[in-house]
Amino acid sequence: MIAEIGHFALLLALMTSIVQSSLPLYGAHRQDRSLMAVGSYCGVISFLLVAIAFVALAASFVNNDFSIKLVANGSQIAKPLIYKITGVWANHEGSMLLWVLILVVFAALIAAFGKNLPAPLKARVLAIQGMIATAFLAFLVFTSNPFERLMDAPADGSGMNPILQDPGLAIHPPCLYLGYVGFSVAFSFALAALIEGKVDAAWARYVRPWVLIAWCFLTLGITLGSFWAYYILGWGGWWFWDPVENVSFMPWLAGTALLHSALVVERRHALVSWTILLSILTFSLSLIGTFVVRSGVLTSVHSFATDPTRGTFILMILMVATGGGLLLYAFRIPAVRQGAPFAAVSRESSLVLNNALLVVAAATVFIGTFYPLLIDLIGRDKISIGPPYYNKTFVPLFVPLLIIMVVGPFLKWKRDDLGPALKKLNAPLAVSVIAIAALSVWTLGSHILAVLGIGLSVWIIVGSFWALAKRVKLWQVPIAQSFSILRSTPRAYFGLFLAHMGLGFVVGAIATVTTWQQENILAMKVGDRTVISTYGVKLVNVENIAGPNYNAERGTFELSSGGLAFKVLTAERRFYPLQQMQTNQTGIRTNLISNVYIAMGDADNEGGWTVRIYYHPLAPWLWIGGFTMALGGFVSLSDRRFRVGVGKANKLLPSNAIEVGE
Amino acid sequence: MTRVLAIIFLFAMATLGPALAVLPDEILKDPALETRARLISQDLRCLVCQNQSIDDSNAPLAKDLRIIVRERLSAGDSDAQVFDYVVSRYGNYVLLQPPLQQDTYVLWAAPFLLMVLALSIAFNYLRKRSRLSEGVEED
Repeated sequence: MIAEIGHFALLLALMTSIVQSSLPLYGAHRQDRSLMAVGSYCGVISFLLVAIAFVALAASFVNNDFSIKLVANGSQIAKPLIYKITGVWANHEGSMLLWVLILVVFAALIAAFGKNLPAPLKARVLAIQGMIATAFLAFLVFTSNPFERLMDAPADGSGMNPILQDPGLAIHPPCLYLGYVGFSVAFSFALAALIEGKVDAAWARYVRPWVLIAWCFLTLGITLGSFWAYYILGWGGWWFWDPVENVSFMPWLAGTALLHSALVVERRHALVSWTILLSILTFSLSLIGTFVVRSGVLTSVHSFATDPTRGTFILMILMVATGGGLLLYAFRIPAVRQGAPFAAVSRESSLVLNNALLVVAAATVFIGTFYPLLIDLIGRDKISIGPPYYNKTFVPLFVPLLIIMVVGPFLKWKRDDLGPALKKLNAPLAVSVIAIAALSVWTLGSHILAVLGIGLSVWIIVGSFWALAKRVKLWQVPIAQSFSILRSTPRAYFGLFLAHMGLGFVVGAIATVTTWQQENILAMKVGDRTVISTYGVKLVNVENIAGPNYNAERGTFELSSGGLAFKVLTAERRFYPLQQMQTNQTGIRTNLISNVYIAMGDADNEGGWTVRIYYHPLAPWLWIGGFTMALGGFVSLSDRRFRVGVGKANKLLPSNAIEVGE
Repeated sequence: MTRVLAIIFLFAMATLGPALAVLPDEILKDPALETRARLISQDLRCLVCQNQSIDDSNAPLAKDLRIIVRERLSAGDSDAQVFDYVVSRYGNYVLLQPPLQQDTYVLWAAPFLLMVLALSIAFNYLRKRSRLSEGVEED
């Protein structure tokens, strides 16, 4: 019964979305206020209906209703409650339902909180959101019904892929989807602006919070995914250039570009047409991400769906959205007024370079991800594209961006002189050069690339601090005055500071961990000792543990430093009898500077176990950096500019905010 | 193509588990040779896995390949000879770094050509913009 309610709610949501995508559009054309308002009602109703469907599915999972195919195939009675709930989106149908839920949440938020939006713009945005919702609801209802019943319900389900039974996987997909789907709002705003033929600073101010939200969650999602892979896969890898990772990375790169170009539209009303185009492309890349993962077209670690009809359906949605968007762009962009001029050296021009480099980076990942498919289609050969390709293409192309990202914040809007601006950067430059020189001497020049990488990281981190120091006139005015400037500095500026610094952390961590990680792979018996880096490791005992739906072999290890034991670590190998699969629970000891990482392997025939011990210097900063970047986004989002009424915003800002800027 | 994918998928399902790669008994006595073996392994694809190198995979085929790599190295092969040997048996698909050949020129050149293109468009745009800005007084 519950499932039927859910199914019915989905059908109603489809109907509502069809209304939402048509009437408000017509209403905006006719300037009919009541027709335009239909969009808001539909947005909220769609949300309620999809929420009912989602709750119905979750309830079916929690109630172990194995007469539903999805529950029978992806759950079991003995599974812990949390994984019954997260099991809702650990499969194709459920994860698409989550996708749609997030989509309608965004539409409902626009409907409910977009009070300051001009009515026609709001109606058009909601109509386009409605079209996307219609397409994906139709996809759910016609190809991926989550509520399909089985004729004969089994007594117990066949269980969920144990590798997905992990807290990291509980929040990773929702975060990614919040990111992907969040970019749909930018897409809808872009198309609505094209229909109206009007883009102004207010438009950019409406869009930017949504882009920021999407970007924050995508950053969070990618960081969590990387961390999950690190601790669950058992060999200490954290980024694989796997197609499924790549398709989340492409919208991130494009979204980062969009974040910066929308800033230029908002502040200076330039780069207007480019920002519109980028909005369309970013959402396309998000759709491509959904398509690749859901269709399994590029087989890789996480794709658990392979059914061509579904792939074709999403491909159609992708083509209509992108093609339609680009077509509308081609016809309507001449009507959009060109933006304000700026000098060749200015904050704007640095952001133009940022965009050019980010787009090339995204294109490189795109080529690397899809080229094997192209070669396969031609049919003469099959190739693989893995980390070595990206190390030789993506990395060198990304380095210039990392260098100029420090310079940008020192430039003034509209017009600046490069000489004085660069002179302000002497301190960070000096610190980085000293760091590079010192490290080169220390390592006897043996790891030049890693040392340069760390130098780059120092450049970004010190540069970010320096920008803040210059802004508050540290050491130029009394400290109390610096403090008061700091307090009146808009939050968006701290957002910039944190996000840039976070990227600096990530760069430094990558350079360090890839170069200086150590590993020790050996067979250990109980009582055996070994060393990793400066730590001693002793296998204290191995015992069998019974979990709720698995059995585990748990190794207990003792870490010691200078002969003194200071930490006990456990590493497990779990066996899930229902699925006949094994997973790893690695033991990780972190002191926030480095990780000691232990994974248990098979027992050998001589009473020992294969044990893999790794030392990962600065590895924690990969994820601290990622979270710092996301935090920067959230801090920026809390800026009063986004909270106060649009139009009044400029007057309310402290005067220095406009001049020195974000 | 679909069949190949299906087979790979099936194998992958069987091997999705803890991916514990190099085993203690495989490790060569000579550390220099072992280091070379590890570096080579990182650039070879485990053919039955989803995008893993043989260094990261616990699939039996990956183990066989790791042993082959070590045997060739112990026999005195250079790194290039080892790669050639593996490619002659398994084709280009086994290389995680695609080879430079007629159908991959575009793959290798495109990122850098795009960079040149994007920068020239950006600079051209900036030049036009700044010329505009010189004509306009402060607003």
